[in-house]
Amino acid sequence: MFQEYDVIVVGAGHAGCEAAAAAANMGSKVLLITMNMQTIAQMSCNPAMGGIAKGQIVREIDALGGYSGIVSDKSMIQFRMLNKSKGPGMWSPRTQNDKMLFANTWREMLEQTPNVDFWQDMVRSLIVSRGTVVGVITGMGQEIRAKSVVLTNGTFLNGVIHVGEKQFGGGRMGESKATGITEQLVELGFETDRLKTGTPPRVDGRSLDYSKMEIQEPDEEIVGFSYLPVERIQPEQQRHCWITYTSQEVHDILKTGFDRSPMYQGRIEGSGPRYCPSIEDKINRFADRDRHQLFVEPEGFNTVEIYVNGFSTSLPEEVQYRALCKVPGFENCKFFRPGYAIEYDYFPPTQLKYNLETKLINNLFFAGQINGTTGYEEAACQGLMAGINAHNNAWGKEPFSLSRSDAYIGVLIDDLISKGTDEPYRMFTSRAEFRTLLRQDNADFRLTQKGFDLGIASQQRLDLMHQKMDEVAKIKKTLQEFSVEPEMINSFLETKKSAPLNEKAKAYKILLRPNINIQELVNQIPFLKAEIGSLNPLSLEQAEIQAKYDVYIEKERELALKMSNLEDLMIPESFSYDKLQALSSEARQKLEKIRPKTLGQASRISGVNPSDVQILMVFMGR
Amino acid sequence: MNPNDTIVAIATAPGMGAIGVVRLSGPDAIGITQAVFKGKDLSKQASHSIHFGHIVSNKGNINEQMIDEVVVSIYKNPKSYTGEDVVEISGHGSSFVLQNIVNVCVANAARMALPGEFTQRAFLNGKLDLAQAEAVADLIAADSAAAQQTALKQLRGGFSSDLKSLREQLINFAALIELELDFSQEDVEFADRTQLGQLIEAIKTATLQLIQSFSLGNAIKNGVSVAIIGKPNAGKSTLLNALLNEERAIVSDIAGTTRDAIEERLNINGLIFRLIDTAGIRSSKGDVIEDIGIERSKANAEKADLIIHLESLMEDNTEDSLDWLIPYADKVIGVCNKADEWEAQSIHEGLSIENRDHSKLYISAKKGEGIAALKEKLFERVNRGQIQAENTIVTNARHHDALLKVEDCLQDIQSAMENNISGELLALDIRRCLHFLGTITGQVEVDRDILGTIFGKFCIGK
Repeated sequence: MFQEYDVIVVGAGHAGCEAAAAAANMGSKVLLITMNMQTIAQMSCNPAMGGIAKGQIVREIDALGGYSGIVSDKSMIQFRMLNKSKGPGMWSPRTQNDKMLFANTWREMLEQTPNVDFWQDMVRSLIVSRGTVVGVITGMGQEIRAKSVVLTNGTFLNGVIHVGEKQFGGGRMGESKATGITEQLVELGFETDRLKTGTPPRVDGRSLDYSKMEIQEPDEEIVGFSYLPVERIQPEQQRHCWITYTSQEVHDILKTGFDRSPMYQGRIEGSGPRYCPSIEDKINRFADRDRHQLFVEPEGFNTVEIYVNGFSTSLPEEVQYRALCKVPGFENCKFFRPGYAIEYDYFPPTQLKYNLETKLINNLFFAGQINGTTGYEEAACQGLMAGINAHNNAWGKEPFSLSRSDAYIGVLIDDLISKGTDEPYRMFTSRAEFRTLLRQDNADFRLTQKGFDLGIASQQRLDLMHQKMDEVAKIKKTLQEFSVEPEMINSFLETKKSAPLNEKAKAYKILLRPNINIQELVNQIPFLKAEIGSLNPLSLEQAEIQAKYDVYIEKERELALKMSNLEDLMIPESFSYDKLQALSSEARQKLEKIRPKTLGQASRISGVNPSDVQILMVFMGR
Repeated sequence: MNPNDTIVAIATAPGMGAIGVVRLSGPDAIGITQAVFKGKDLSKQASHSIHFGHIVSNKGNINEQMIDEVVVSIYKNPKSYTGEDVVEISGHGSSFVLQNIVNVCVANAARMALPGEFTQRAFLNGKLDLAQAEAVADLIAADSAAAQQTALKQLRGGFSSDLKSLREQLINFAALIELELDFSQEDVEFADRTQLGQLIEAIKTATLQLIQSFSLGNAIKNGVSVAIIGKPNAGKSTLLNALLNEERAIVSDIAGTTRDAIEERLNINGLIFRLIDTAGIRSSKGDVIEDIGIERSKANAEKADLIIHLESLMEDNTEDSLDWLIPYADKVIGVCNKADEWEAQSIHEGLSIENRDHSKLYISAKKGEGIAALKEKLFERVNRGQIQAENTIVTNARHHDALLKVEDCLQDIQSAMENNISGELLALDIRRCLHFLGTITGQVEVDRDILGTIFGKFCIGK
């Protein structure tokens, strides 16, 4: 019934879909197995993609040739470039999405990708032969063979859903859990643990009074995620979101449910994310705050369903309901479904290699929440990398990885496999030491060539990237060569409160001034306007960013170099940590398990303290 | 190195003393001592106990021979200097005896310690941090009371704890900035720039204080170099001898006897001064050999921390050009020598001795008059009240370099704030600053601390 596949992907969420697409586009025969064909690429939590640090990741996925950026662009109902008031390193695209359109678009794109087959069933176990995975066995007992297998099980492995004192097995509300894989992997020697995440109630938009809330406007200009020309909505078609707040009264009602809270009564063992706390956690930990912000987000164009962002909770549903009804605008609210917490198995990602292949079983790859991450974007980029490497393994090619200075994706994977994580891992810009370099505007320059070499980024992508690169070079050269006379520019400089010129200066130098914008500068000077004024605005913007941020990127590089002195100190493969009684026992165990390649990697392992690193340095004769 | 072996070394300074100490550290420290010790069974004794007995060679054999009568102190891990089992054998202070004790220990499978190895073990066992370990090296090399005190203070973590508190304040600052960057969409409090500005100013003040303390710290550690300059026969060598209270330099009445610079060490109130007596400065009547000496004098004066400019009151100094001294005015102490002869002569000629230059010290090097006042002046010039004030003093050049870089970064942060530069670039300067602070105390991981602070302190997350 089944051919032998190159790659089997288990799970069709954000990670699984990217993995299947990448491997197939590279030429592998791929089978995507999902428990339910109707729930491919679900937005199980909030209906949005991108955001700070995450938007950069989506750009990177797109630059490499993944699909998430295109799908998000095609299904957006609202676009905002966050952090626009800060430097370009912080600009972060974010879309609010129509979640049904999002899922449909993903499914369409996968269906149109040659080499992707689908199968609906649960995967019960892996077929492992002599330390190498060679296929899977489904719930119905089918044996399907493949050279590589990617597991992207999300929250489904032994998932338990909690609402107040009720608890039941499930991978998502209304969907059954997956069993068998954890037990088999543990038997094979894997370590596993539990994590917890949560989601807020969904309510009926028709029951809300928006006049009592603040409107959150979309941007006037839609930039989008994809570097390809994608059909996007027009700015005026965008939908609003709203902001409202909890109050002391709301908190008091929520507290009446604490004695039935699965979190506080110890029924949930897994740790949840500190940065995505439930509303009860916020009240508990930050008792001095009398209100918390809630974002009221539509789930799509053609639905009245509303996502109450910021109200994640696992309190009893009637407590959730009574409390939410006290929030301005929610007085008459009707629930579609309550918020809940979900606990699931994950495998501490220190058990992986840089290509996301497990250290224990060859050709077996993990991506997404199974690795302890949270977020669609984090999952999708791991899926992409796992898909690429599953293909590479199947075809006997070299592993592919990205460094911390290549991409946020590189930061994420290095963090995961070096530090591991004991709470769901989310990306922050502050995790990247090359934050000024890893921007949303230059992901194509950083990654598209690599994506093209792998065979997933198209010729069109590469051509567009080269075109932009040439334009940027031309703009910079023109500005560097052209001398501006004081009388050409001084009145303009005055309006910008910038010091006037006493003698002529290169246009490039004027651009470096803080208040001077490239577009305005070019418009001031007829020669520049004629020469470069009509080039792609994105190229102009890129040239400006490069000019203005060069000095900071250099500073950043210097600092990173200083830090990475440790990066160049290789630890011998046979190094025995057991003998080093001086190390803390936690550090010794972690080092023994992870076996870092360099002191730099060692220093990033959680539980390895600076003093432990110093001890290693002393031992290695530094 | 291998932490499983036991190391041994003489722990007291070479030279004769009433007692000398041999120290062992390692898992078998007590066992090895027992193998050379006649007295109680040491393996059964409590930690931090002292036992009398004899150290012998060939214990239990017919050729057994006593080496010394000793007292041994036992420190069991982890409550010891190195964190391992430590035994200190106090014997009589002859280096021959002590070396013999070491030899029998080595014969019983102890290993001679490498330089600094005890401290290295203490560091490896988490007994000392990096700055403290460096302080130990300073302490061992300390040859003055002040140097010893400074090193001891650093050893107790004074320097580290000052820096750690600076670093903590900066991490809070960084966390606030990061909060603005990564969580700007959320309802978080933002960093109050005025407050941040004040914090940076405070950190800068503290950093500058530490940087300034380095010149004193350096003086404490390496001694203060003092050049004694003056015309031939002004009495420089006599002064040197008076200060040292010994006959060191060749003294004669013939001008220009001292041709080479002589360096001597002088301890004043615990501070070490390195006195350099140089050939006299004479601008004319070119004696060739003298001229070479004069060039050297100028070079010495330039390098010196302080200059004693010595003039003889018994000679006419009016035609001497002192222009070359002007650039060093800050470090010159003017001293007039032969005050006794001058006074006698003045009285004899009926002149007033009140007619003196009060900016200068009047002394008689030959009779030792005014020498105490000169010593006091030298000390105060360096100390300026700092040693007594219990301030942290930076003595290590590496720390000094790092602090200078910290100051640089603080400057960058301030100018970034003045220019309203975007937060992520400000954060970059703060991280650089944290990095350099961390290189001193060994806390190099910045990101984890920042994120930890964010999650611990602020309510974030939708």
